[in-house]
Amino acid sequence: MSLNIDQIRGLFPVLHQEVHGKPLIYFDNAATTQKPQAVLDALTNYYGNDNSNIHRGAHALADRATRYYENTRDSVREFIHARESAEIIFTKGTTESINLVAQTFGRKFIGKNDQIIISTMEHHSNIVPWQMLCEEKGAILKIIPINEAGEILFEEFEKLLSPKTKLVSIVHASNALGTINPVKKVIDAAHAVGAKVLLDGAQSTSHLEINVQELDCDFMAFSAHKLYGPTGLGVLYGKREVLESMPPFLGGGEMIKEVTFEKTTYNDIPFKFEAGTPNIADVIAFKSALDFIKELGKPAIKAHEDSLLAYANERMKDIKGFIPVGTASDKVSVLSFNINGMHPFDVGQMLDAKGIAVRTGHHCTQPLMKRFGIEGTVRASFAVYNTKSELDKLAEGVAQIARFKNK
Amino acid sequence: MSSIKDIQEEIVSEFEILGDDKESTIFYIMELGGSLEEFPENERKEENIIKGCQSKVWLIADEVNGKIHYQADSNTDITKGLISLLIRVLNNRRPEEILSADLNFIDRIGMGSIIGSQRSNGLSAMIKQMKLYAYAFQTKQNA
Ligand SMILES: Cc1ncc(COP(=O)(O)O)c(C=O)c1O
Repeated sequence: MSLNIDQIRGLFPVLHQEVHGKPLIYFDNAATTQKPQAVLDALTNYYGNDNSNIHRGAHALADRATRYYENTRDSVREFIHARESAEIIFTKGTTESINLVAQTFGRKFIGKNDQIIISTMEHHSNIVPWQMLCEEKGAILKIIPINEAGEILFEEFEKLLSPKTKLVSIVHASNALGTINPVKKVIDAAHAVGAKVLLDGAQSTSHLEINVQELDCDFMAFSAHKLYGPTGLGVLYGKREVLESMPPFLGGGEMIKEVTFEKTTYNDIPFKFEAGTPNIADVIAFKSALDFIKELGKPAIKAHEDSLLAYANERMKDIKGFIPVGTASDKVSVLSFNINGMHPFDVGQMLDAKGIAVRTGHHCTQPLMKRFGIEGTVRASFAVYNTKSELDKLAEGVAQIARFKNK
Repeated sequence: MSSIKDIQEEIVSEFEILGDDKESTIFYIMELGGSLEEFPENERKEENIIKGCQSKVWLIADEVNGKIHYQADSNTDITKGLISLLIRVLNNRRPEEILSADLNFIDRIGMGSIIGSQRSNGLSAMIKQMKLYAYAFQTKQNA
């Protein structure tokens, strides 16, 4: 079934504006997606009708807010096909989810000379928490190399695996290149040596069907704001037995069963990992974003985005000076590129002057940029509300800008 | 040689011709970058990089007959264009002229909204560094 993109665009108020006197073309979706009206309404509704603290109050509002909050947890469970809702922990975002795993699972189960494996294309948020842990514990960080297309070298990954490997933490889809990693193979190989696997799903969850039970990953981290949902909210999925084996992250209210000055017992999952009053409003509104995705269907979303990416590649390939960065055979809708002789900042600023929003720079993947010997790229990333006519404008813009240095 | 004030007036009227169209303004700034004097390769080193700019900017200055001669370069063309404007206004002047210069052309052409906040901060850092050189040469001249 193909989607009615005009109708979908109608659901996103922010898209209907001019910047610098030109109609906005929003191609920075890998950084954050725009929010449909239903998400905005859910936020106002919550504060206007239901605001109260959850899980504690014995009154109607608290009851309602708690119910809505837990409804979102159920929707997230369904969204990634987890076994049970208790395996869904709300965090501030992908970054916090990864740090949570590093500070709890990592601190308990990773010791001196143990190894953690990540890939060359990780976002800084899937590098730095492990470096911090390795420094603290004397553990060793190993890096999976990639080829020129931006694909991991699987045989090299297999060579890194050993009984010393305690964790493999890898991005499912790269934010800088779009590469979709063969995560099922990675997970199976890691499990064969007894290692756990964390998937950074920040970029994959909005494009790909996710089934954590089939994948058999031990953890998955992602952010609501890249899924048409609110900012400041994310998810950590973990298998029940793994989450139960981990010590708590933050201490405080909500996460305890009983506190005495002598000893505190901790609450069950997921509450053990949700200390303090959570981000109730955004959690509740996130359900509307998940409903939006569910209604369209991931396969239809993916098909539309794939056709945009294919069209973009087609339109760009003959532009003199156009240099694609990241040409993996399996990609989400991310088009990273440079223009011969030009700095990505300049290209981004000139596209901005045309009303086209793209991202420029290293995309929080400096080691990856170093691998390609570049300072950064221009990145156009597409979402369900983007159109081919917007891509025409991008291609015309890039062609005009490229002529500046590529006569 | 025209005064700092006159050159600023010239720049303002050039930008007025471009009007409100951000696109042609940005393209124009990029083209200006091409007019920069060739930067000496051996000066392209860490200590000449201006802190506070997101793109790389190298700036050096010497004194010729009591006047300051600036040379600068950047790895991005838009930034080069911005530098070329500053150099056009401030080059080959006495330190006290540079130190007392009121660079109002930047606000008058609405540079902030043309180049955005990150680059505006970079532009301020460049001006500060140019004035710092002027201050250093003035101190030396008075010594
Ligand atoms: C692949 C990847 N991992 C992690 C993150 C961090 O997500 P957040 O900033 O929402 O915590 C991002 C976001 O840019 C990302 O693209």
